[in-house]
Amino acid sequence: MNESETRFAISSSPHLRGKLTTRGIMLDVLIALIPVCGAGVFAFGIRALLIILISIISCIGFELLYEKLTRQPLTVGDLSAAVTGAILAINLPATVPLWVPVLGSAFAIIITKMLFGGLGHNFMNPALSARVFLLISFAGIMTTYPSTVRLISTFTKVTSEATPLKSVASGESINWFTMLTDMHTGCIGEASVIAILIGAAYLLIRRTIAARIPFTYIISSAVFIALILIIKGDAELITIDYMVAQICGGGLLLGAFFMATDYVTNPSTPLGQFIFAVLLGLITAIIRLLSGSAEGVSYAIIIGNMLSPLIDRLLTPSYFGKRSKPIPFENA
Amino acid sequence: MTIFGSCGTKEEALDKMKTKTFIGGVHPPDGKGLSSDAPIRKVSAKDILVFPLSKHIGAPSLPAVEVGQRVKIGTLIAKAGGFVGENIHSSVSGKVKAIEPRLTDNNSKIMSIVIENDKTDEVEQGYGTPRDIASLSPEQIKQIIADSGIIGMGGAGFPLAVKLSPKPTQKIKYIIVNAAECEPYITCDHRLMLERGEKIIKGTLALSRIFPGSRVLIGIEANKPDAIEHMSALACDEPTVAVKPLRTKYPQGGERMLIYALTGMKLNSKLLPADKGCIVLNVSSAVAVYDALYESRPVTSRIVTVTGEGANSPCNLEVPLGMMLSELLEAAGGISPKTRKLLSGGPMMGVSLSSTDIPVYKTSSAYVALLRDDIEDSNMTECIRCGKCANVCPERLFPTRLAFAVNSNNLELFTKYGGLECIECGSCAYICPAKRPLVQTIRYGKSEVRKKK
Repeated sequence: MNESETRFAISSSPHLRGKLTTRGIMLDVLIALIPVCGAGVFAFGIRALLIILISIISCIGFELLYEKLTRQPLTVGDLSAAVTGAILAINLPATVPLWVPVLGSAFAIIITKMLFGGLGHNFMNPALSARVFLLISFAGIMTTYPSTVRLISTFTKVTSEATPLKSVASGESINWFTMLTDMHTGCIGEASVIAILIGAAYLLIRRTIAARIPFTYIISSAVFIALILIIKGDAELITIDYMVAQICGGGLLLGAFFMATDYVTNPSTPLGQFIFAVLLGLITAIIRLLSGSAEGVSYAIIIGNMLSPLIDRLLTPSYFGKRSKPIPFENA
Repeated sequence: MTIFGSCGTKEEALDKMKTKTFIGGVHPPDGKGLSSDAPIRKVSAKDILVFPLSKHIGAPSLPAVEVGQRVKIGTLIAKAGGFVGENIHSSVSGKVKAIEPRLTDNNSKIMSIVIENDKTDEVEQGYGTPRDIASLSPEQIKQIIADSGIIGMGGAGFPLAVKLSPKPTQKIKYIIVNAAECEPYITCDHRLMLERGEKIIKGTLALSRIFPGSRVLIGIEANKPDAIEHMSALACDEPTVAVKPLRTKYPQGGERMLIYALTGMKLNSKLLPADKGCIVLNVSSAVAVYDALYESRPVTSRIVTVTGEGANSPCNLEVPLGMMLSELLEAAGGISPKTRKLLSGGPMMGVSLSSTDIPVYKTSSAYVALLRDDIEDSNMTECIRCGKCANVCPERLFPTRLAFAVNSNNLELFTKYGGLECIECGSCAYICPAKRPLVQTIRYGKSEVRKKK
């Protein structure tokens, strides 16, 4: 009997745990980024791969270093640092000097993530905060995109100096079908719309992300862009070609599916997420059309991240049967 | 769509009736296949039986026997300590050996009556006498149920006679049989439906006589199609009985989830089922009602599932109450020496046991031997705010926020966010990818709030 007294493990119920893990979720995001990174390497060449690898390795390295120095448990195994590295890399032009991803990783991991308490405690998306930091500090480097890009239609490198968004801003027109199917210059992750959509579909099918935030964000961006154009009296600009370029260019798809959906930095209730996504659309449209900057998506998500705790605080969650009352006897 | 007294094949019945459910919930691996085909087998009592006096909801029972006194099967050995209380009867004939604190499944010692079995199986006078229930008044039915010591045998242990005595302002419209059996591994209710289905229907119909105009709803999860078919066939000629398939999803058998699925009415922690005109009882309780009313047999045994990957031969047993778990496990074919965790109840809401030196009780529906321990085997990370806990919470709460409120000792916020509504089903902790102890923290929060009151 004494043997069995101590044999069994004791814990509070439930005694089963689901298969889903933090690491599994991060791995899903990394898998979803493979087509995006692949397209970037195809379009911009091997240097894009170098940037991606440096970025991922530096993010992991800085997290490891920080935790070693501060004598905290090592958490790189949860893969969140690798995800940050990959997302930072797809937000960089392939032409940046190699120290840029290293510096960006340091900012993302040490400043935005670890100093605020590590995984789950960062108040902004680490990768995006690093991009904005680099953009403000090294505007020239960060907005010089590769001048040649290999096209999927011809498999040849062509000269393409302007990103789709710059082209439409300067009044040029890009055929909507070409926009959707072919390669474009820009950040590594912006090369191919199809690659982004494949990764997004994977995340949606795996239920790693919900459709609410990305689709609300994309639709509200389109609506606000159209509204602002109408108010400005530029309604004639609203064509299929123009709107497709606005939606598929400038990192909107990348931001909507891979960055605005970051669990940690968006509101947690369905209504809160809806409000967050509509706000992102509004800010994106305002910055793109009313300011000189092409960085609508980055700033919108960063601002949205900072508003998230406020949105969460204002919405007190309800619960099942909150307003339920006993059935009065007469009606029973 | 409600079909009262519907007859026909299983396909027709399933086709006609859409499975009903609630919002949220999880799908843990159910493990029911281990024991669902094992017919109920009777085990006989061994030498020593232990009857704890306060394992129900309500006042502790008062011993009605003295040490040394002789008892028979069905002898009242402890009386209810109040209106909300429980009569306890001996399951064997023999002698009262001691009245002393004994270990029970919550790992604490509870005052218990210990009886030594003389194995003569002598029964108390009147025990097992058939009774014509047609002549009984509602008050008499309630009295017999109270006398027979029937408590909620699904696990809560709330005295049934109290449920049957609603306030004058509460008009009972539905008597709901909770046959969801949504806890993984447990199959005792499933077997009861297949083998003693007519007792379930007759028992609940007898209860509906207390409430003129009431109807009986039997809610069964769709993972038991044979039980749905069998119960539907039995309910065929009963115009006031309806068998309703429920979607297979945990915690479908939670009282509030069940009532919502079957009637569309929502309950919260401030409302009793009777406030919405419902009385809910478990399958085992319904059989106990039949035994008490029709055969004058108080509760002295129950069906227990012994199962899990660690059980040598998973089975469903009819066990005399008070039997020691160590002896029960032996009678069930034993458990593997590699068993890492032994549970009383299912893996979602059951209690982990440190010892097998405890008695079987009226609410002991199952003992599950697990070879793995997900809790020890998983690594906790920080909350990544994925919101999956909120998606699965059947009470539509926000578990990670409630846990945060508890951890920061903000019980006011905890209460404001509805923490007291938590039914402790454990879906949040099950789904959490960060493997955080969500329901455990909320459970602690609830107890802290109660302490302050």
